[in-house]
Amino acid sequence: MGAQLRLLRRRIRSVKSTAKITRAQELIASSRIVKAQQRMEAAVPYEREITRAVSAVLSNSADVDHPLTVAKEQPTAAGVLIITSDRGFAGGFNANVLREAEALGGHLRGRGLEVKPFVVGRKGITWHRFRDRRMSGEWSGFSDNPLYAHAKEIADSLVAAFEDENGIDEIHIVYTEFVSMLTQQVQVKRILPLEVEETTEEPPEGPLPYYEFEPTAGEVLNQLLPRYIESRIFNALLQSAASEHASRRRAMKSATDNANELIRVFTQRMNQARQAEITQEISEIVGGANALADASAGKE
Amino acid sequence: MAKLRIGVVSPEREIWSGEADMVIAKTVDGEIGIMPNHAPVLGVLVEGGVLRIKRGDGGDVIAAVHGGFISVANNDVSVLAETAELGSEVDVAAARDALQRALASVDADGEDTEAQIEAKRARARLRAAGEEV
Repeated sequence: MGAQLRLLRRRIRSVKSTAKITRAQELIASSRIVKAQQRMEAAVPYEREITRAVSAVLSNSADVDHPLTVAKEQPTAAGVLIITSDRGFAGGFNANVLREAEALGGHLRGRGLEVKPFVVGRKGITWHRFRDRRMSGEWSGFSDNPLYAHAKEIADSLVAAFEDENGIDEIHIVYTEFVSMLTQQVQVKRILPLEVEETTEEPPEGPLPYYEFEPTAGEVLNQLLPRYIESRIFNALLQSAASEHASRRRAMKSATDNANELIRVFTQRMNQARQAEITQEISEIVGGANALADASAGKE
Repeated sequence: MAKLRIGVVSPEREIWSGEADMVIAKTVDGEIGIMPNHAPVLGVLVEGGVLRIKRGDGGDVIAAVHGGFISVANNDVSVLAETAELGSEVDVAAARDALQRALASVDADGEDTEAQIEAKRARARLRAAGEEV
């Protein structure tokens, strides 16, 4: 009896300390989501302007053919940039990304392409190492707070691989889009070669003006496209960071709820055991007293 | 007179936005001055340039702008900088320090292009802060 009580008490204590940790993680994550969201919003003006500038150059000068916009006729290899987190404790966050990346890999292999993974985040890197997959690039240490310099570093190595004859002919990106606090969605997008849409529709803000270029349209495009890729990657990093915090918050919240439920159940069970023990002790005492009384009554 | 609507943005934040009478920026072809009703232009900015935004009575805004683009259309001017800093935000002592270090590296190794760019950036930051270099 006493043993069962002690056991329950020990379990309650351990679940309580787990709940404390998960609760703290939950609070940390929720405070970081706000910051991550602000950073996402702060990056919007730049991205909007650079997208506008790229469309302006491409629509103004139909004859500009840039290596980054031209699809190879016989693509042989594709790079897949997979954005995962450095730390776990985030529910299905990394598993979802890696599953989509696997699906994309299968699809690319079906088209006869060799798949070269570029991985961001320690979780994704260990996942690949464990399976003995060779990665063409890996970065970690900034998944929850990416800087533009990180995006630049990644973009530089991707663009270099793309421009290399024996490198990759396509670049896809797998990241988690931050839709809202409650919804995050894994997105798979092709970032290179850029898709130039031939359209006769007018853009929503009216037709783009006819620009003059300093120094030339080709040179502007040369400078602009790498920046555009960087900004796309930076956006994906920021979205993933916000999503990581959001899914960590959710996972930690359900862990805390679960721990509290366990504590409730164990406390109830412990009280039952204690009461049963007291009842038994009382009936033992009463029984003993009765027996003594019977014995002394017999003597008289 | 029409005014220019100006936005100076870097990938991480919006640095300045507002109205002004004139903008002077340094592109790879040389300095370019933009006044209202300028023809649409898309230009590549130099590494370590200084951007001047003339606001008439509101005082001028000066920023150090490293790389990036300027685009002008319909009196909207956007400056897309890889990194940029307003003159008033520059930490003068740190910039001087950075300049000294970069110059020392250039002296030691004339081919050190990274240090040369670093020196240019530091100079631009000091000039934006109104210091003599």
